[in-house]
Amino acid sequence: MIRSNRLDAITLGVIQSGLQQICNEMDLAFVRSAFSPVITEGQDRSDGIYHRETGELIAQGDFGLPIFVGTMQETTQSVIAAARDPEPGDIYVVNDPYLGGTHLMDVKFVKPFFYNGRLFHWLANTGHWPDIGGAVAGGYSAQATEIEQEGLRLPPVRLFKKGVLDEEILSIVLSNIRVAEERRGDIKAHVAALAVGERRLTSLLDRYGVDLVEEAIVELKSRASQQMRSKLALIPDGVYESETFVDSDGIDPDPLAVRLSIEKSNGELTFDLSGSSPPCRGPMNSVISTTRSAIYLAMKHIFPDVPMNAGIFEPLRIKEPHGTFLYAVYPRPVSGCSAEVSQRITEAVFDALVAAIPDRLFAASAGTCGNMGIGGLNPETGKRYVMYYFTGGGYGGSTEIDGMSNGCSVTGISKMMPIEILEQQFPVIFEEFSLAENSAGAGRRRGGFGVRYAIRLKSDALVSFVMDHGRYGPPGANGGQPAAVNRVEIERSGQIYVPPHLSKDQNVSLRGGDVVRVQTPGGGGFGNPLEREPSLVERDVGRGYLSEQQAVAQYGVAFTPMGAIDVERTRSLRNAIDQHNQE
Amino acid sequence: MTSIQWKSEILMKIVGCDVGGTFTDLIFVQSGASAPTLVKVPTTPDNQAFGVMRALTEAGSDARGLDLFIHGTTVTTNALLERKIARCGLITTKGFRDILELGRRTRPSAYGMIAKFEPLISRECRIEVEERIDAAGNTLRPLNENELKAAVQRLLQLNVESVAIHFLHSYRNPAHERRAAEIVRGMWPNPYVSVGHEIMSEFREYERGVAVSINASVQPPLDRYVNALQKALGSNKIVDDLLVMQGNGGTLSSSTVGKSAVSTVMSGPASGVIAAAYTAKAAGFPNVVTYDMGGTSTDVAVIEAGLPLISTDLEIEYAMPIHVPMVDVHTIGAGGGSIAWIDEAGLLRVGPRSAGAIPGPICFGRGGEAPTITDANLVLGRLNPEQLTGVEHPVPVSSVIERIGETIGGPLGLSAHEAATAILRVANDKMAGALRLTLLSRGYDPRDFALFPFGGAGPLHASVLARELGIPKMIVPARPGMTNALGCVVADLRQDSVTTVNAHLAKTDSASLQAIAQQQSAEGQAILARESAEIVRFSDIHTLYLQYEGQTHRLPIKIAPRDFEIAKIRHAFELAYSQRFGIAVPEGNPVVVTLHTAVIGHRKKIDLKSLSHSRQSPSSSSLSSSRRVWFDQGWCDTPIYRRDHLGIGATLQGPAIVEQLDCTIVIEPGQDVRVDDFGNLIVELNETTQEEAARVQ
Repeated sequence: MIRSNRLDAITLGVIQSGLQQICNEMDLAFVRSAFSPVITEGQDRSDGIYHRETGELIAQGDFGLPIFVGTMQETTQSVIAAARDPEPGDIYVVNDPYLGGTHLMDVKFVKPFFYNGRLFHWLANTGHWPDIGGAVAGGYSAQATEIEQEGLRLPPVRLFKKGVLDEEILSIVLSNIRVAEERRGDIKAHVAALAVGERRLTSLLDRYGVDLVEEAIVELKSRASQQMRSKLALIPDGVYESETFVDSDGIDPDPLAVRLSIEKSNGELTFDLSGSSPPCRGPMNSVISTTRSAIYLAMKHIFPDVPMNAGIFEPLRIKEPHGTFLYAVYPRPVSGCSAEVSQRITEAVFDALVAAIPDRLFAASAGTCGNMGIGGLNPETGKRYVMYYFTGGGYGGSTEIDGMSNGCSVTGISKMMPIEILEQQFPVIFEEFSLAENSAGAGRRRGGFGVRYAIRLKSDALVSFVMDHGRYGPPGANGGQPAAVNRVEIERSGQIYVPPHLSKDQNVSLRGGDVVRVQTPGGGGFGNPLEREPSLVERDVGRGYLSEQQAVAQYGVAFTPMGAIDVERTRSLRNAIDQHNQE
Repeated sequence: MTSIQWKSEILMKIVGCDVGGTFTDLIFVQSGASAPTLVKVPTTPDNQAFGVMRALTEAGSDARGLDLFIHGTTVTTNALLERKIARCGLITTKGFRDILELGRRTRPSAYGMIAKFEPLISRECRIEVEERIDAAGNTLRPLNENELKAAVQRLLQLNVESVAIHFLHSYRNPAHERRAAEIVRGMWPNPYVSVGHEIMSEFREYERGVAVSINASVQPPLDRYVNALQKALGSNKIVDDLLVMQGNGGTLSSSTVGKSAVSTVMSGPASGVIAAAYTAKAAGFPNVVTYDMGGTSTDVAVIEAGLPLISTDLEIEYAMPIHVPMVDVHTIGAGGGSIAWIDEAGLLRVGPRSAGAIPGPICFGRGGEAPTITDANLVLGRLNPEQLTGVEHPVPVSSVIERIGETIGGPLGLSAHEAATAILRVANDKMAGALRLTLLSRGYDPRDFALFPFGGAGPLHASVLARELGIPKMIVPARPGMTNALGCVVADLRQDSVTTVNAHLAKTDSASLQAIAQQQSAEGQAILARESAEIVRFSDIHTLYLQYEGQTHRLPIKIAPRDFEIAKIRHAFELAYSQRFGIAVPEGNPVVVTLHTAVIGHRKKIDLKSLSHSRQSPSSSSLSSSRRVWFDQGWCDTPIYRRDHLGIGATLQGPAIVEQLDCTIVIEPGQDVRVDDFGNLIVELNETTQEEAARVQ
């Protein structure tokens, strides 16, 4: 076989998969040794290789959380700017959202990688820590008004110097976060993954030589850009617009608008968010790195097979939306950006592009992580606990198929915790975990369904949650209907409490016996519901997904008293609805 | 059932028969006969029994009055993957009937929001009854028996054939499930009642729910198949009863196997691994990685100290976890039929699309037009165009060359032969990477193992992979294409049970662990003792699964019989942890999650030497011809050996090709080959290539 020292297409491909393999092995090493279940079960981490001078993404692991697609290169850029004379064995830790971050819980480790005594490129990883201090256990504040209330903020700090852990810096970190002793394990996992990256990258360079690999990195970037451009060629030139809404910021009642205009010309897309709402007082601001990352990951959802490499970002021009809540500056609180606001941005991208390439797209998904934290004293162990919980919701319908039920957030790829484990570890009892009937948006291909659950507390606790789509359901596309909204209802001493901000609240004080009930949104419908095959509506009614009355109202499908489709009435109903819609 | 006497002194007749996707393989071993009879016939997918009976016919008139018939079948796997399953109902805890449909919040792939998932049991057939037990095993709400009976009536009205009972926390306190099972079995018209804790007594409601619904779904089709086959075998006076392979690598009799139908899913790959373990151990290789490469995919498994690794968290497809003990087989999406193509960036890719059996590779002449790994092997002289297994209308090699030149060579500016080498290089690189990740994710270093290739295409690629991964030795069994059938012949009987412990190691005592192990062992032995096959002796494998408090991944720690000393367990866990993850966690608090006991009922050993090829001494007659074959160095005039002419003790050196009916073996230049006493080819990387590999690591 060809084993030359020149860069032919085959060697290029082999080096590309070699770089990818290195990142995958880092992902694996990280998740297998991490302590935090958010990382081990939730897969809430990412690993990659970043450019020596520009910090640009060279390769990123396949198993990382999607929201980190674009953020770590900005983190690395901030480390490059701060680092003076990096040395082998140094590792920087940083979580500052304004310096290329997300929320404070995402802690990044960035390490200069040296080969034969020369800085080659940077290795970096991100892991979501279960707590980072601040007002709310778990970090998802609904009411913070400045970042200091959200937790400990770390600028790029050299935690390891020439391979030696700086215990003094570590002690500052551990003194400012909850359940601190377990974080030592996560720090070791961050470091172990970077060490795997170093070992594997060294052997790749041993095999192919620095020059050839450098040449390949340059070439791979330009080819990735070419690949993204060939995908973008599917989109006709023109301007595509959309508008999506965050319920509120947790402080002020008004909705926040994401207003997006995408212009396709010269083979590139230009994203303009400048018409969006101004910065908000509560924690629903987004830092620019997260805003950009949301756009990148939305495009990767549309074209999943483009590689993870800075080249794919090149034909995607993002105007900096200064003066909006999507470009937060210090000290704006941002704890909702990574989990919620980012999803509204992806929703805007999808919604705008449906008109351009309907066959590749889909209606909006539930679009909320459904994050909830319950904290208190566990009477069985006598210890404080923090139960972090999230669920999925419905996905949107698409040209061919209905949306999936209880899919995970657009930005994540996390498995929810089993109820049996939660009940073992925390003083709670689940009363229900069900499919939320009639939560899907109607359409020729309907959305998937959300989830309905109820948690009864065994003892007093504080409950906080940051969700979204409580005011407006996920929109449909191509004539499809929106899905049902997110609902939170708390049964407190027999009284029903509905949070004023619907999907967000913080430190709601509850007693043993109180019940928290949540219903997550379904997915939007795709296409005209009147075009849905009556047999599919009949099947859905049979499964109890919706009632016969709802089938009549949403789909114009009527049933005989025996439960069969009433063909005649269905036809006349559909005609009548159709006419009504046209008027 | 009366036990069949082991007639070791007189004539013994054993048949192992494995039904694969393409071929049904059979091995007939007779004590006293010089060589076993090997049969390969096409699989009959609509009713696998036809192929089995045809294989028996071809095995000859001696293959009657068998002492044992051991069968590997894909009936349950296919039923599941093609959703040709029984109509099932679910009876479950009030408030939780949708657990099976909601799964555990993910999506099939990280990118792409168009996704599909269908539960095994449709929503209208999932019925809730009032009952609730908490995590400590306390009854919060008693079982409402009237509701239960109404639920059974409702399911019968819905024409449900098979029913699953699944209550929350039944692993902790199975009282409600037991009582419900008693009532349902009293009312149900057939034996198809599957109960959660009986199938899997571990926490995680989704995984246990899936396990019990898989069992309910495949029990009726398995039962029907086994009964029909048994009848056919009996009426043809072949054998009265049969043993069925399970995914844990053991066998159970037809009468028992239906109850744990879920454990026969994945039995195909497991039997191959069992044969590999048996063969490699006899040849002196206790630690091997198996590499079973077929047309569309490749199965990889790890054998450590002669035992296949067992996993309790395999996933058959998206959101279909099987958390019952199975041989830990990892499937890589690359096989001989994987298609080569050029992506938008102008880079050559191989897979994941496969040409499958139809239309298949270009060279199969079934209409395939896309170049595959098999086509590249053919063009490069690695495969003999005259010996393509099961190909009736081969396409001339020149046409294959032309096609590869057009589709791959042209766009890349390469000649057709260069394009073919590029396909192999990319494919081997991809497979080596996947193999590495598989081993690393299980905490192993490839260099500590020997490679054991089998399946039609395994031995074609293995020597390159061994070199890429720094694997020092490779063992190619006598019959690579018959490995699964051999697995049936050599498999022992086996019964697994898993008990949830869920306690801090520091607060556990060895006596209580010992007591659980003893009970598991006694129950397993009692089940196996009812089997018809003669058991020479029993042995137990105890494995404790531990994790640090707050973590979620468990590590298995093997425990020697009756040696549950807490300090030793702690030490072994700490050692295993630091070996696996490269870090120590002295501040961690170990928790014993589960205790897993496998009871093995050992059968009499089969002499593998009878499987080897004829015993001629090495001579030039084994060299059948030579042809031009492409290696890294370029075209080499390469000797072609016939496997059945290579006698015990024969040696040869690469480059070489060894051909036999069921596969082709490629020996890279510089590799040394020796035929061992069992007819295995032992291939060693020479020192320079090993050094090269070490450098690569």
